[in-house]
Amino acid sequence: MFPPEIDYYRAGSVIEAAQLLGRHSDSKVLAGGHSLIPVLKLRLAAPSALIDIGRISELRGIAADSSIIRIGALTTHSEIANSAVVGQQAPVLAEAAGMIGDPAVRNRGTIGGNVAHADPASDLPQVLVCLGARFVVTNSTARRVVPAGEFFEGLMTTSLGDTDILTAIEVPAAVPGESSAYVKFAHPASRYAVVGVAAKVSAEGSRCTAASVVVGGVCPAPVRLAAVEAALVGGDMTEHAIEVAGARTTDCLDDDEVLGDIYASAGYRKSVARVWVRRALTAAIGRLS
Amino acid sequence: MSASTFGSGIRRREDPRLITGAATYTDDIVVPGMLHAAMLRSPYAHAKIAGIDTSAAADAPGVVAVYTGADLEGELGAAPCAWLLPNADLKIADYPCIAKDTVRYVGDIVAVVVAKSQYQASDALERIDVDYEPLDAVVDPKAAVDDGAPQLHEDVQNNQAFHWTVTGGGDIDEAFYSAHVVVKETIVQQRLIPNAMEPRGALASYQKATGELTLWNTTQNPHIVRFLCSLVCGVPEDRLRVIAPEVGGGFGSKIAVYPGDFITVFCSKKLGVPVKWVESRSENYQATTHGRDHVQEIEMAATEDGRIIGLRATVWAGMGAYLSTAAPGIPTILHGLMLSGVYDIPAIHEDVYGVYTNTTPVEAYRGAGRPEATFMVERLIDQLATKIEKDPAEVRRLNFIPKFDDGHDVVTGLTYDSGDYGGALSKLMDASGYDQLRAEQAVERKKGRYIGLGLSTYVEICGLGPSQVAGAIGFQGGLWESAIIRFHPSGKVHVMIGASPHGQGEETTFAQIVARELGVSPDDVKVMHGDTDNTPMGWGTYGSRTTAVGGAALALAARKIRDKAKIIAAHLLEAAVEDMEYDDGNFFVKGAPDSGKSIQDIALMANVAWNMPEGVEAGLEATSFYDPPNFVFPYGAHLAVVEVDSETGHVDLKRYVAVDDCGPQINPMIVEGQVHGGIVQGIGQALWEEGVYDDDGQLLTGSLLDYAIPRADRLPPIEVHSTVTPSPHHPLGVKGIGEAGTIASTAAVYNAVIDALQPIGVEHVRMPLTPERVWQSIKEADERG
Repeated sequence: MFPPEIDYYRAGSVIEAAQLLGRHSDSKVLAGGHSLIPVLKLRLAAPSALIDIGRISELRGIAADSSIIRIGALTTHSEIANSAVVGQQAPVLAEAAGMIGDPAVRNRGTIGGNVAHADPASDLPQVLVCLGARFVVTNSTARRVVPAGEFFEGLMTTSLGDTDILTAIEVPAAVPGESSAYVKFAHPASRYAVVGVAAKVSAEGSRCTAASVVVGGVCPAPVRLAAVEAALVGGDMTEHAIEVAGARTTDCLDDDEVLGDIYASAGYRKSVARVWVRRALTAAIGRLS
Repeated sequence: MSASTFGSGIRRREDPRLITGAATYTDDIVVPGMLHAAMLRSPYAHAKIAGIDTSAAADAPGVVAVYTGADLEGELGAAPCAWLLPNADLKIADYPCIAKDTVRYVGDIVAVVVAKSQYQASDALERIDVDYEPLDAVVDPKAAVDDGAPQLHEDVQNNQAFHWTVTGGGDIDEAFYSAHVVVKETIVQQRLIPNAMEPRGALASYQKATGELTLWNTTQNPHIVRFLCSLVCGVPEDRLRVIAPEVGGGFGSKIAVYPGDFITVFCSKKLGVPVKWVESRSENYQATTHGRDHVQEIEMAATEDGRIIGLRATVWAGMGAYLSTAAPGIPTILHGLMLSGVYDIPAIHEDVYGVYTNTTPVEAYRGAGRPEATFMVERLIDQLATKIEKDPAEVRRLNFIPKFDDGHDVVTGLTYDSGDYGGALSKLMDASGYDQLRAEQAVERKKGRYIGLGLSTYVEICGLGPSQVAGAIGFQGGLWESAIIRFHPSGKVHVMIGASPHGQGEETTFAQIVARELGVSPDDVKVMHGDTDNTPMGWGTYGSRTTAVGGAALALAARKIRDKAKIIAAHLLEAAVEDMEYDDGNFFVKGAPDSGKSIQDIALMANVAWNMPEGVEAGLEATSFYDPPNFVFPYGAHLAVVEVDSETGHVDLKRYVAVDDCGPQINPMIVEGQVHGGIVQGIGQALWEEGVYDDDGQLLTGSLLDYAIPRADRLPPIEVHSTVTPSPHHPLGVKGIGEAGTIASTAAVYNAVIDALQPIGVEHVRMPLTPERVWQSIKEADERG
């Protein structure tokens, strides 16, 4: 487990990091290192250089106003899981961040590194898509904001360009009458999500006024389950309604896209996804006050 | 004064250094001038080597030497197999340390690079150009014996390494012919990967001037390493010192002496400098031995009321590409001879085929043969219970060997030492509230919940074993143990043992043995092990034998000390030896305990030797060699309670209750720890673990991301109970407990899952019981209606 020789640069600012990325083609951004370092040690990747953004303090921390929580890309999973403000205003994000890996991983791994790596078995992508988060991206010339639904493009692929740096993620704060939940069928070895479902529902009385349901782990990128949402919205959220809505999961999954491996085949994932969707909805609805 | 610590759960003295990271492992050791070796391993499971070009690697920065198989010719022998199973048509294929013309598994060593740093060595591996001509591979042990299967070794027809049989008792065919009930099953005991926390490694330091070589090695048995290394590497045994420093877990995977060890010695000898090799976790997965890998076809014959009258089995045991050091004995002696389990079975027959496949060699793995035997018997007895519609506990009771305390012969030829199997089951049923659980299960079933109870009543063979038996079964070594006890003038004690504990806690329990036998405080006893230069010969720590054999040697050495001390005390007290009495470290004339001599007084007087009895040597020291008259046979009864999520197939282990009997417990806390760890490893086999190869022989579970070892958050609290039945032949009555949990628990969990799914009609699921497999079997049972 000895990585090849590799050049290393520590960037002092976001601009410097973007410039370094531009100067070194095939270089990689190093944040918490929890995805990149193992790949280097296994010699599965050999970037020309590592651009370490780990000490850029402006990329770290959580700030919130009444409508938006802004989470710096270098914020660790444990900071998010234990943040009072995230716990109040985006509880499902805190819930999911607390389910990543183990304490050591959560203490080093970052939200930015996690989503930029775009592992389909990750937890945060489906949660951020569910919440309608926005990704703030900077390069040496411009800054732009990418909706979560457009950020994740496929297997380990995002809309980040070669010299782009993800600096922050903006998450809309929860509003009254809304609740959410994340449930996860974890791989017993990696603890990555075989199936991970993020669900958010809004209600007036027992009637569902809005729903956002996103499944991860099953396809190369998170899949928003529009048919499930449509089946719920406008109706009473009874056990039966949840069952009926959950059953629409399969309609939203493209057979050619569903992932399979030696632990869980594509057919199995597709079949049980609806169970986890139903459980996520049940949990979210159960939390409505 | 101190005898009372025997039987108490005093804290392990090993733990402060282990827990605080202060322990020294092989990789922590640095010798001046040390170079680093890295192994180039085959990426193919089976291929001809048409050519190797090492020139670019040799020119790489920091590289001192590159060796291939050709360089070893005449200098380094083959890796030896040291369990020469008799009457089994054993065919030991040549196991070159570095492959010469053919590679036979992914991980087979093709070349070694020695460089100034580990990084440089790793970089240089990428510059070696090997021209492989891939061949067809075979990974399934049953498929590998078929005509037309890819052949691994020219001189081994149909890849059959051996064919071993055990036949005992009455006519097996007659038993099946006359049976009212026959139950059958095909079981895949999947390949497991041991995953010791510390990977393997070696540091060899050769002194040209003296011809002496020191080898630090991650081993469970340094004296065996010294013996085999001297034979293979040409360093005379008197010039070879093997040190097992702290060893971070073994579970059987550090019994074998590996090609990597021999190569490291070769490199140091050749270059005249110290050379260290430590494998990566990836190499550990590929090239450190695996366990299990049986395909078992088994059947049990019984009367209509459930009395077993015969057991018949055929087993194909995957051995991997080569026979590892102790491999042939595992699926045979340690497996087939245990097929009677805790039951009175009048006829048993088993054929075991050891089979070469294009996979990592298979060796002992915690339990080593006995889990595979227990599972067979415990699975079939549950099937039998289902078939005759009786509770599995009742059918077990019907067939238990009755309580015995000094020997019981089973038809496989073994004599169990002592046991009360019905007693263990009764205690388990009381402790778990078994009848209540069955009642609750019936209620929950009506609500559509799939709750299952699984029993496993086991006996195992450990404390390996009488050396005469070792010879008879082809084990190329003895199986005795030795201990030296040395009293220093101040009364402090050094204990040197031949066994080599690596985490099991014998530094603590052996001090407790000395404390009990000689009345010293355990804190005054230092236990040393692992260094062949300052410990007496011993055959190692495996097969739950360290306490069962080494502990006996220690107790007998202590009793020699006591005898000598008594003579000295009598002399000092001017009394006749016959008039002396001993109590907890005090030697006194009958009736005068207050004016006796303490063991410390005697240690001082023996060491200064101013006034010794005539004919008595100075010093207070004793050595004992203990060769046991028989194995020991711990046993117990375990219960798992599970709930199966019928929608996803997920198995939730809700309760685990264990009753184990290892005789008197020297330290109950350590026993409990061993039981916990053992149970968890067995649960791992039932639910999570499997080493998976694809058809081309690529290991698909080659990392901790893919291979699921048990994690604490998936386990319930383990409820540990015990009964105490001393072994009649052991000086302390104790039996081994290192593997018992693993031997019992796989079957308990498996039986519980099948029991949970009984209403659906599921009778079999391949292990490990992953959610998909369970879900699939539920679906298929539904479709069958």
